[in-house]
Amino acid sequence: MKKSVFFGALAFAGLAAGASSAATLDEIKERGKINCGVTEGTLGFSSRDAEGKHQGFDVEFCRALGAAIFDDPDAVEYVELSSKNRFTALSAGQADLLYRTTTWTFSRDVDLKTSFVGINYYDGQGFMVPKSLGVSSAKELEGATVCIETGTTTELNLSDFFRVNGMSYEPLPVGGTTEAKALFEEGACDVYTTDASALAGVRASLKDPSAFVILPEIVSKEPLGPTVRHGDNEWEDIVRWTQNALVAAEELGVTQANVAEMAKGGDNPEINRLLGAEGSLGEMLGLSPDWAVKAIAATGNYGEIFERNIGESTPIGLARGLNALWTEGGLQYSPPFR
Amino acid sequence: MSDQSAPPKEQFQLSMLIYDARYRGITIQIFVLLLVMSGLFWLASNAVTNLAALGKPIRFDFLGDTAGYDINQRLVEYSSQSTHARATFVGLLNTLLVAFMGCAAATILGVVGGVLRLSNNWLVSRMVALYVEIFRNVPVLLWIFVCMFTFTALAPQPRAFRGENPEASMYLWDSVAFTNRGIYMPEPLFSRPLGNIDVGIFLVSLELLVVLALLIGGIIFARKNNARAARIQDETGDRPSTGLVNAAAILLPSIIALIAMGFYLGKPALAGFNFKGGINMSASLIGLWLGLTLYTTTYIIEAVRSGIQAVNKGQSEAAAALGLRPGRTMNLVILPQAMRIIIPQLISQYLNLTKNSSLAVAIGYMDLVSTLGGITLNQTGREMEAILLLMAIYLTISLSISVGMNWYNNRVKLVER
Repeated sequence: MKKSVFFGALAFAGLAAGASSAATLDEIKERGKINCGVTEGTLGFSSRDAEGKHQGFDVEFCRALGAAIFDDPDAVEYVELSSKNRFTALSAGQADLLYRTTTWTFSRDVDLKTSFVGINYYDGQGFMVPKSLGVSSAKELEGATVCIETGTTTELNLSDFFRVNGMSYEPLPVGGTTEAKALFEEGACDVYTTDASALAGVRASLKDPSAFVILPEIVSKEPLGPTVRHGDNEWEDIVRWTQNALVAAEELGVTQANVAEMAKGGDNPEINRLLGAEGSLGEMLGLSPDWAVKAIAATGNYGEIFERNIGESTPIGLARGLNALWTEGGLQYSPPFR
Repeated sequence: MSDQSAPPKEQFQLSMLIYDARYRGITIQIFVLLLVMSGLFWLASNAVTNLAALGKPIRFDFLGDTAGYDINQRLVEYSSQSTHARATFVGLLNTLLVAFMGCAAATILGVVGGVLRLSNNWLVSRMVALYVEIFRNVPVLLWIFVCMFTFTALAPQPRAFRGENPEASMYLWDSVAFTNRGIYMPEPLFSRPLGNIDVGIFLVSLELLVVLALLIGGIIFARKNNARAARIQDETGDRPSTGLVNAAAILLPSIIALIAMGFYLGKPALAGFNFKGGINMSASLIGLWLGLTLYTTTYIIEAVRSGIQAVNKGQSEAAAALGLRPGRTMNLVILPQAMRIIIPQLISQYLNLTKNSSLAVAIGYMDLVSTLGGITLNQTGREMEAILLLMAIYLTISLSISVGMNWYNNRVKLVER
């Protein structure tokens, strides 16, 4: 007994020793790369393309950070993390931040000693069923078997939803997306549940997507956003404001195509401050004055990233919905750059 | 005056700890022990300090919080409003369940296979050898996947049982349903139930206790009856027949009690998406059980084979000379001697199977690793505590199996005379 406790401690000591709370930016600069924690494969958000390169909505934000810090969007090392080991990896210093479809919740923010620094996607948990089941609402799922990917907030939302509606269900919690998907396709469960965004990705990757429908109910709030360790406010600021810069760029009409032109300076002081033609916002962050220009040039603004990876023209086909700018009835809103 | 003098009394000196061969060994051992202990202590304190620095001191109070998640396969009462400790307990029972089922099935298959492996029939022994080589040389996780996905792909979905002309039907007078969600079997129910006793962590059904007590009483009676018969046989040479009386003593009281309590079988029935009622053995349990069993059986086959081959050939020749048929030679002469070689190997296979059952998480069987080390760990973020607890529990299970099997080994081992 004693022995194994000690060996466990040994293993953890090795991990924990790697974690230091301060000066993440210095470490990153020394390393020459950002260690960005992403999912093991969620189509649209982070997955590998045919050449094995990471692609997706979350990946673009990592690339923007790489561009802002090193002027090189490829200066990013992608650390693929499961929903189970992501926080351990973050607190042990294996990843500098998570862009890993991670839901911002109270206990994660407070108890797990992580900081959520923004919301890059407003999501909610949804249900997918085979069309042949003839179900049109999640309220008709009494007694159904539900496939869940474990290690997420999904289990609790699911349990709450069925309890509130006085229904019973059989959970089938599976370790990974691939296995859960296979079981769902074979009919080992009636329902597949996860965040609606990921659900669209899963549906798109099924053999016959048209045979499955996503039910209209969204049963939870899942604000997904970047996560960093507690205690390094400088690094937190860089992650937060790089994301804000991309949102502000969309609002101000700065795009990948015109950013170089606009960076020369113009009449709009907010654009000038954002792009470094006026003021010294970049230096305050410890970066170059044109950090936002580099980021936008690498990935485009928030709207461009959205459309390119998960928008309606892609196989994922997600509408902007809550993720539209506040000026267009959505929730995406950047605090002012001044 | 005696001229014999006592040997000079040696004064113990500190330097003897190093220069005296009698003490040096002990000195070195103590020194190394201290070194190892301080090294381990340094690591442990390092972990504790680092965790505290991360703002996560080691505490176990999260076990008392509401778990909030559901578990499909459970042996005791559990709901999403139960605590994490309760979820851990449910997971522990599930681990023990699959470990027990796996060990039992692997032992039976392994002993049969081991004997067949040595069969004189070329085809039979080669077939077993082929099975052993295929299953032993592929990781058990893959076999678990194969079993699970084969089961879910081949067995019909519950909806196939629906309609006027269903594609699938139930077996044994509509009481057993094979679906790709699991096997649904009838459960014993009582129309005049006696209720349950709450023993703190789970409920014990009084009906079960009554039936067990009656069965045990019957068996005790039967043994007494046999002893009496033996005594009469010793005295008179005639053995009174006992079979019928014994059978009646063991079975009748239980049957009468079951009828009195209004025993009936609750059949599972299709309701909505799934079968309801009855005992459900989930597809994950079946997949895991099959995978573990098929894999571990190969090792037990080899253990049995090596045990049998280790018995001196003279033993079987002697048995043949006495006129014993091959079957009886195996049962009465070879196997009892082979057991002492087989059992130590069986112990390690049982331990392996139990530990391998932690692969359950891959196919959604809620064992200890999926509950405490999975959802609980993730919801509470208490990695260190959860992993330490897991290790302690697995260690306890393994040591218990080991102690039990060693006790059995001591009973059956060859007594040297």
